[in-house]
Amino acid sequence: MPRIAVTVDGVKYEEEVEPRLLLVHLLRERLGKTGTPVGCDTSNCGACTVMLDGKSVKSCSVLAVQADGCDIVTIEGLGANGSMHPMQQAFHEEHALQCGYCTPGMVMAAIDLLRDNPDPSEDAIREGLEGNLCRCTGYCNIVRAVRRGAQEMGQAVRTP
Amino acid sequence: MTEVGKARKRKEDARLLTGRTQWTDNLRQPGMLHVMFLRSPMAHARITGVDVSAARDLPGVVAAFSGQDFAAEQGSLPCAWPVSEDIVIPDHPPMAVSEVRYVGEAVACVVATDRYLAADALEAIEVDYEPLPAVLDMNEALAPDSPKVHEAGNQAFTVKITSGDVEAAFRDAPVVIDRTYIQQRLIPSAMEPRSVLATTDGDSFTLWSATQIPHVLRVMLAVVTGIPEHKIRVIAPDVGGGFGSKLQVTAEEVLCLLLTKRLGKPVKWTESRSEGNLTVHHGRDQIQHLRLAAEADGRIRGLQVELLADMGAYLMLVTPGVPLLGASMFNGIYKMDAYEFGCTGVFTTKMPTDAYRGAGRPEATYGIERMMDELAAELRLDPLEVRRRNWIKHEEFPFTTISGLTYDSGNYEAATDKAMALFGYDKLRAEQADRRDRGDPVQLGIGVSTFTEMCGLAPSRMLGAANYGAGGWEHGSVRMLPTGKVEVVTGSSPHGQGHVTAWSQITSDALGVPFEDITVLHGDTAIAPRGMDTYGSRSLTVGGIAVLKACDKVKDKARKLASHMLECSPDDLDFAEGVFKVKGTDSQKSIQELAYAAFTAHDLPEGVEARLDSDATFDPENYSFPHGTHLCAVEVDTETGMAKIRSYVAVDDVGKVVNPLIVEGQIHGGIAQGVAQALYEEAVYDAEGNLLTTTMADYLLPTAMDLPDFVTDRTETPATSNPLGAKGVGEAGTIASTPAVVNAIVDALRPRGVHDIQMPCTPERIWRALR
Repeated sequence: MPRIAVTVDGVKYEEEVEPRLLLVHLLRERLGKTGTPVGCDTSNCGACTVMLDGKSVKSCSVLAVQADGCDIVTIEGLGANGSMHPMQQAFHEEHALQCGYCTPGMVMAAIDLLRDNPDPSEDAIREGLEGNLCRCTGYCNIVRAVRRGAQEMGQAVRTP
Repeated sequence: MTEVGKARKRKEDARLLTGRTQWTDNLRQPGMLHVMFLRSPMAHARITGVDVSAARDLPGVVAAFSGQDFAAEQGSLPCAWPVSEDIVIPDHPPMAVSEVRYVGEAVACVVATDRYLAADALEAIEVDYEPLPAVLDMNEALAPDSPKVHEAGNQAFTVKITSGDVEAAFRDAPVVIDRTYIQQRLIPSAMEPRSVLATTDGDSFTLWSATQIPHVLRVMLAVVTGIPEHKIRVIAPDVGGGFGSKLQVTAEEVLCLLLTKRLGKPVKWTESRSEGNLTVHHGRDQIQHLRLAAEADGRIRGLQVELLADMGAYLMLVTPGVPLLGASMFNGIYKMDAYEFGCTGVFTTKMPTDAYRGAGRPEATYGIERMMDELAAELRLDPLEVRRRNWIKHEEFPFTTISGLTYDSGNYEAATDKAMALFGYDKLRAEQADRRDRGDPVQLGIGVSTFTEMCGLAPSRMLGAANYGAGGWEHGSVRMLPTGKVEVVTGSSPHGQGHVTAWSQITSDALGVPFEDITVLHGDTAIAPRGMDTYGSRSLTVGGIAVLKACDKVKDKARKLASHMLECSPDDLDFAEGVFKVKGTDSQKSIQELAYAAFTAHDLPEGVEARLDSDATFDPENYSFPHGTHLCAVEVDTETGMAKIRSYVAVDDVGKVVNPLIVEGQIHGGIAQGVAQALYEEAVYDAEGNLLTTTMADYLLPTAMDLPDFVTDRTETPATSNPLGAKGVGEAGTIASTPAVVNAIVDALRPRGVHDIQMPCTPERIWRALR
């Protein structure tokens, strides 16, 4: 079986994996990173979105072997020193989650879309989140949260 | 401390936002095995042989079973709502034994050490089928020569309700509108797939499930499997949405329980999404034939409703009751002299239908709200004007409708006025006229939905009268802990609604204890032993009130203790902000001090036990009747058929609001699901009975790109059926929005001779309607 080395949320792991093992199952079943959920089997819902070397990927659509040598950040590794990432905090402030199942992926996708566009319009946010489905919120508050998160993150950069 | 009414941020969020979740699929038990089901690829067939032996020999496989292997103990999945005398409730084995009746029905299973190995092993199972004819169309199914889904035939039940003289209402009526609408079949699509984990210590059983109904499930598992109720504990841990789809007693729950019993090992099953689209119960699926008789001035004389309701292959927990939840709702907010409702439940070889957000009320509301627009068009009246001429006026409440429900309160005028102002109704009508005059290829349509619904399920005596198999009460208990903190236990079972936050607000006000000092426990039959669970927008109006009643009892106990400690009569004590104070003095005891005194029990008065806690059940006298006015503006491109929502205004009256943030979120999500029915979603079966929409690539859930920002506001007419004055909010948005959107599309195209578009109103359907 192939042997891979990955860093997940700052911790290094070496694992022997079947070539067919999906990254999301490596995270959930082998490493106990159950903060990243699975919502579909066709890469439509985006619930399993994580950061792979700084870019968002749907971890159900990546093989674990493809992540060999990569640095992965999941929803569990976003916050620092026990406090939430500004985007997580913004989701809380704007009531952008109800059942919370899509939330890890939605937060990851939101952070990724700000990488390209730190000050997105409502339309840009909606377009940027098109690959992530939410069944509870109707997206209104998610869009508001991403705007708030963008503002907070912009300020965080500017504040020394 | 006024917590009720405050937009408190949710206590639930932090865990969910940081991935510290307890979804059933996250859970593990030592030695846990994984279950997978082999499912029928045929819509209808006789099973002539199942051979699981090759699967048993594969690596990692612990066991493999056919339906026959469980035939003696698996029982029949329950239907708790025998709606009529003539109802046929067919045997529904969790794993098919001799015949399959829909694509996706379980025929065999594998238990393995790893889910990948279990999936491999499914490939090695051989099943021989002798094909039988699929039964897919409800009208054809009722023909005498139709192939049968079950021995007893394809008619599940018939119901007829008549009120007033219908014949007289239609005789010589100046206007009769006659329409047939189709409520397409929907797939609820909660984001969390179903998952079940079952374990046993050899004597007792624990079952975790992604369910809305841990309490009902426990009772039903005992009834179905014969395992005594007191040996079963059911836990609904974090549950990722339900929308009715997890209001069910499923084959997989029963079989996981029986598998852990047989193997003595913990077993877990988690569905894939495509498996879920096939086998999570579907929603809607009705053919509605509606006839409405009116005077020349638009006043309604009478309404006739004849439904065909697709049950699918079996009757599940409340399958036959769903269309009947609409029986008293087709008359909507309108006065009329006569009403007739008929419904025939029909078996087909498809996945069974059951509750999906709104359950019967969206279908009914769609019917009447579409008909009101047709009536307005027929009489060349504004759709709001024809509604005004018929609706119950605010001074007429309480009002007993033609279908026999008593609406306790409402103010349709106020909600409509507010919605019109926010929407800019007159300005949009002017723009519509202008676009029509100019022959603009993009036409503007305005859709109206002035809805009400019945929720807060439900008064037990009314459920009994409807022959429902259970009551509609809810239970709550409240415990003051020695340090003055509070544990609330609720029989409601949240899966996204924010009960922990809302119940904390209610308790904080009632006991004068800080919001932060309150915790809410739920969803575990060992921790919250009594409950009727969460569905039908019932949690606040029934479960929240039970908590409030329990708080009142705690306060009564505290008052007795305070009067003893302060040496005064209980009547001499004022209670405010968590403090009992002797009138006209500075002498006082806080409720926290009293909790500690109850705990130490050093000096308790006669008849007061060493605990400051209590519990209560609440069973409302009536349903609650949220209402509102939703207005939708849609731009329809007549060249491409594309319909795009330009603006959407929802003014809802859900009575007294505990948490406006949560209420707004419920309305947003509800509207989104109703819009999705209007524009995007449909479960499609092909001519052989194969489901074509098995994935999220085929079944179009709206994305952020597909939906507008919704403008929401409220009016507040308190309900009189509970002390808070609250009405339910979980389903209102979904019930209201579907007709608002379709009315808007039809309104845009009416000058082109269009008076209906079948849902979902896809660009192709709109384009074809224009040609």
